[in-house]
Amino acid sequence: MTEATGGIDFEEESAGVVKKFMFVNRKAPYGTIYALEGLEVVLISAAFDQDVSLVFLDDGVYQIVKGQHTKAIDVKNFSPTYRALEGYDIEKLYVLKESLEERGLTVDDLLVDVEVLDAAGMARLMAEQDVVLSF
Amino acid sequence: MKFGILVNEGLYQHQASDTAYQFAKAAIEKGHQVPRVFFYHDGVYNSSRLTEPPQDDRNIVQRWQKLAKEHNIDLVVCVAAALRRGIKDENLAEGFRISGLGQLVEVGIQADRLVVFGD
Repeated sequence: MTEATGGIDFEEESAGVVKKFMFVNRKAPYGTIYALEGLEVVLISAAFDQDVSLVFLDDGVYQIVKGQHTKAIDVKNFSPTYRALEGYDIEKLYVLKESLEERGLTVDDLLVDVEVLDAAGMARLMAEQDVVLSF
Repeated sequence: MKFGILVNEGLYQHQASDTAYQFAKAAIEKGHQVPRVFFYHDGVYNSSRLTEPPQDDRNIVQRWQKLAKEHNIDLVVCVAAALRRGIKDENLAEGFRISGLGQLVEVGIQADRLVVFGD
């Protein structure tokens, strides 16, 4: 029993376990809070030494587009945080090819280095994961 | 099997909370375990003890409390998401506890499946 886990003895059980965690970002960065709060989970996961991947698809690709200016909507521009992920050893970033193309974007429009996968490749990558969290 | 559950939506606005509850209940009835339900985004509102739905409607907060008590489920509310939305210990329903996002990652590591309910 541990205080921190409300009596469920997780901490000991999970020590040394490395799972494949995938965070799927599907939503535009502003308009809803999903992207911002989703990124918080990604940052916390880094502290658990898991095998973390980030995926951007649908409007989620806008999260990592360069040159975001949010002053006019009085919301914090949190896009610089994606550039800091490398410092947390989160380096596996993937973008769905079709989502980029549908929006007239290329990798040159993105503020981080990513691997571009088509839908079939993305499906294979997802199937390999232990935990998929989608925001 | 051990199921972790993540609830990401407000309790009456969206069906996610209802579906998560029905899923947890059904899993337990089938002999599975649900060690923890984690509430994030507007899902933190599931824990407000100030919730008073009309009498002819289901009481989602009480339903979680009852299920958790009967089956020893750890109901965890994300502290950052909760503070942003005005959920604090002083209005937290009994049976819930406020803690960090590490509790979500931990249940992801520990459970056999983590099931996400939300948009």
